[in-house]
Amino acid sequence: MDTYFNPEDLEQFGNLGEDTPELWNKFMEYYGASMADGALTAKEKALIAYGVALALQCPYCIDSYTQALLEMGVSRDAIFEATHVTAAMRAGTTMAHSLIMKNIVNKLEF
Amino acid sequence: MKDGKEYLDELKDFPAFTEKEASQKFCETLDHLDVMQINVGKLCNLHCKHCHIQAGPDRTELMDKATMDACIAVFKNNGFKTIDITGGAPEMNPNTPYLIEKATEAGAHVIVRSNLVILEDPEYAKYIDIYVKNKVELFASLPSYAKRDADRQRGEGTFDAVIDMIEKLNEKGYGVDEDLQLNLVYNPGGAFLPPNQEALRAEYAQKLGSEFGIKFNNLFAITNNPIGRFGDFLKRSGNYKGYMKRLINAYNPAAVENMMCRNQISVDYDGTVYDCDFNLALGLPANVPGNIRDLTDTKLEKRKIVFANHCYACTAGAGSSCGGTTAEE
Repeated sequence: MDTYFNPEDLEQFGNLGEDTPELWNKFMEYYGASMADGALTAKEKALIAYGVALALQCPYCIDSYTQALLEMGVSRDAIFEATHVTAAMRAGTTMAHSLIMKNIVNKLEF
Repeated sequence: MKDGKEYLDELKDFPAFTEKEASQKFCETLDHLDVMQINVGKLCNLHCKHCHIQAGPDRTELMDKATMDACIAVFKNNGFKTIDITGGAPEMNPNTPYLIEKATEAGAHVIVRSNLVILEDPEYAKYIDIYVKNKVELFASLPSYAKRDADRQRGEGTFDAVIDMIEKLNEKGYGVDEDLQLNLVYNPGGAFLPPNQEALRAEYAQKLGSEFGIKFNNLFAITNNPIGRFGDFLKRSGNYKGYMKRLINAYNPAAVENMMCRNQISVDYDGTVYDCDFNLALGLPANVPGNIRDLTDTKLEKRKIVFANHCYACTAGAGSSCGGTTAEE
C-alpha cells in the first residue's frame, strides 16, 4: 500500500461485506432505499449525495457521484452549481459558528 | 486516422464478448430482417467528437446510383420494411434524393439520419420538401438541450442551427403531424453511459418546449462506441480502460436479444454488407455471399453475426441501438 487513497479501491467497495455480511446487507438495503426515487427524484438525491461527498471530502464518493450524475444526464453547469451550494454552505456554517465566538467575546470583554 | 484492425486489436485486451452466454445464444440474425441501413457516404459538414465513422468535410466516399439500385433490388427481394439512410451527412451525396424516391416507390418506410445543420445551407435546403413529400422519418442528433454541452460535442454554432431547423420543420408539420416523425438522438458528451431514455425524453420535451417552443416525437439514447473518433478520445484522455470496464460491468444479457444487428443489414457506400454501422466503421463484413451488387437475385439467409468487444456498447445497461434502448435495466 503506497497511498491511503487508491482509485482502484473503489471497485472493492462491494467486498466490504465479507466480514460482517448481515450488517453490510442491512446497510446496502438502507442505502439503496434512501437513494431510490421517492418524494425526491433519484437525480435530486444524487446531487445531494455529491454535495455531501464534497463537504466530507471523500474522493471515492466524489468520483462515483460525478460519474453517476453524468449518467443521469445532469449537465456540467448543474454539477458546478451543486459545487457552489456546497461551498456556500461550508462558508455559511463557518460564519454561523462564529456566533459562538462572538457570544464568548461579548461575555468576556468589558 | 487509425484503421479498424487497430481498434479491434486494442479491444482484445478485455474479456471476450463472444464468450458471454447471452451473446452465444443470440449470435444469429432473426429469420426475417426488417431493416436495411444504407450508409451513403462519409462526407459530412460537421466533425463531431463521438463519430465512429470519422465522417467530416475531408472525406470523399459517396455511394453511386448503381449501388443504390442494388440496395433497392435486395430490399424488394427479401421483404425488408425499412430503409435507414445514414452517413456522414446523407444530404451531401447528390444521389440521396434518388435513393429516397426509389425507396419510397418500393414501399419502404424511409428514415434519414440528418444532422439538421446541413439543411440551413441554401444548397441543401431543398431536402426539407423532399422529406415532407416522401414522409421521411427524421432522426436528428442533439446530445444536449444545453447549448454549451451540445456545441462542445458537435462544434460551435451547431446547437442554434439545430434549434432553428427544428422550428422550421415544426412549421412543416414535423414533430406535429403523425406521419412526419421527428426524433432526437442523445449520446453522452464523454466517457460515461447514457441516462434513462424515458426520463431524458421528458426533460428534453420540457426544456426545449419552454425555452424554444419546439416539438419532437421520440428521443433515443445511444451509447458511444469505443472506436473511431470517440475511441481516440478515450485513449488520449486516459479513459479507455475505465470506459471499457464500465461497459463490461454493465453488460445486460436482456439487451442482447434485441440488438439491432439481429434484424438488419448495413450497406456501405461501396456496397459492402455489414451487420451494423459499427462493424462497417471497423471493416468487419457480414457473413453474406458478396457485395450488395452480387446479391440482387439472392435470398438472404439467417447468418452468424460478427461480434467483437466493441459490441459491449450495445449491451450496456438498457442496451443501445440506432433506435435507442433495447431492454429494461
